[in-house]
Amino acid sequence: MYFKKDFSLVLGENTTMNTRNINHTLHLFVVLLMSFAITSPSNAAQKFHPWKMENYAINKPLGGFSGNAQRGRKIVIDKDKGNCLACHALPIAEESFHGTVGPALHGIASRLTRAQLRLRVADEQKVNPMTIMPGFYKNPKENNRVDDEYWGKPVLTAQEAEDVIAYLMTLK
Amino acid sequence: MINNKKLLACVFLLPVLFLNSVTARDLKSGSEYLTPATREMQNDEFANPGMTAVEEGRIEFHRAGVNEKTCATCHGENGSKFDLKKIASYPVYNKEYEKPFTLQEQINFCGEEYLDNVPYVYDCVDLVEIESYVRYLARGEKVNVTITESLKPFYEKGKKIYNTRYGQMNMACNVCHDQFDGQRLRGQVLSQGHSNGFPLYRLGSGKMTSLHGRIKECFRSFRAEPFFLGSEELISLELYLHARGNGLAIETPAVRY
Ligand code: HEC
Ligand code: HEC
Repeated sequence: MYFKKDFSLVLGENTTMNTRNINHTLHLFVVLLMSFAITSPSNAAQKFHPWKMENYAINKPLGGFSGNAQRGRKIVIDKDKGNCLACHALPIAEESFHGTVGPALHGIASRLTRAQLRLRVADEQKVNPMTIMPGFYKNPKENNRVDDEYWGKPVLTAQEAEDVIAYLMTLK
Repeated sequence: MINNKKLLACVFLLPVLFLNSVTARDLKSGSEYLTPATREMQNDEFANPGMTAVEEGRIEFHRAGVNEKTCATCHGENGSKFDLKKIASYPVYNKEYEKPFTLQEQINFCGEEYLDNVPYVYDCVDLVEIESYVRYLARGEKVNVTITESLKPFYEKGKKIYNTRYGQMNMACNVCHDQFDGQRLRGQVLSQGHSNGFPLYRLGSGKMTSLHGRIKECFRSFRAEPFFLGSEELISLELYLHARGNGLAIETPAVRY
């Protein structure tokens, strides 16, 4: 129990120990712990759950989570999470300055299915390798020179990504 | 027949050449994306807040080094002996060191070699101020970097970094600055990411930002581990960025948000 708690602390978003050396020691520590805690439910939120692309879509929910549209709406606005507004206009009137880099997402759910949306959110680069859009649930192993603070993690957790997808599904 | 073929080739090639020259003329300085009020502030030396750093740099330029000489001993009062075209052609290849010298490195080298000063840390406040002053003297001069055989490997390295995706967001410089200039990333208008205004004054932080400092910020924004200030990677990237902006007028000190 004691170890499991430490483990989630190490991988938690709010860790304040960012210096290179400490973090590398921590990585080692984590790898050690992994061998004990690989099936521990306490790290489920941070673990990367691999997904499979079929026909430019992901059919199974990421990590098996089901999404909540209300939470998704918050994540879409949050500058440290989805920050989708940076690039897309969305029907969120209370926020000013919607980006113009990507297409407006009004009515997106009548154009794309849930499974197609899941791939767009998880890794748009699989659809368009040249895109500017970050993969929000991309396999962290495919990334290069990641800042220590974000090393080994996707931008969103599987739950958060499913929440965003649930929100997009309301945009009919 | 052959002549006809040649003619045809010309007809097809001409628009291609023309397109190339259009893209070359289509370079846009970062100041073209500013609001008119900010652009006015940049152009008016009395209103431009970056002039404080330029003035600090001017003082440093005339300050006696360990051996009592100053920069002006060689370069004239207020840099009157500078060849401003040469200033606009930095980074240049340094044969002795076998690498490109950025303007900052040249300034640091002069201080150590000719004034007997202890060298500055790369990108420290004093060095950025002197760089600001020297570049300010060359304001209006067109950036003109020549990629010689010796510079070529560094240029290619910089270009490669410019086009490589990094970080948790998996982004590359070209993804933002070659495709989306003029578009808004939330509140910020993306520019072509040119280097002609550096070092520049930031209204947001109230500080001067060097080119390497700005690149570091871009790296942080897509959650990548930045390269060290003054590293070969950043110097190669600086070389590539200046050459990519060949033909733009130097605007130091530019004003940005
Ligand atoms: C840095 C820019 C950027 C960010 C941040 C971003 N997107 Fe995108 N997105 C784009 C662009 C550009 C496209 C257009 C397609 C392409 O480039 O592949 C796009 C396409 C899409 C599409 C497909 C639209 C269509 O009509 O096919 C969806 C859905 C989408 N984005 C959702 C999101 C969500 C949800 C978020 C936040 C969790 C987000 N995007 C964040 C730039 C971005
Ligand atoms: C996620 C998008 C994004 C990426 C990727 C990005 N930048 Fe930027 N960059 C910006 C924004 C936003 C600004 C501020 C607005 C502007 O001037 O374009 C900026 C500004 C700049 C400027 C200042 C331009 C000026 O005139 O003030 C330079 C130079 C620059 N970036 C270089 C780079 C380099 C080099 C890279 C790659 C290491 C890079 N950028 C990657 C978003 C990005």
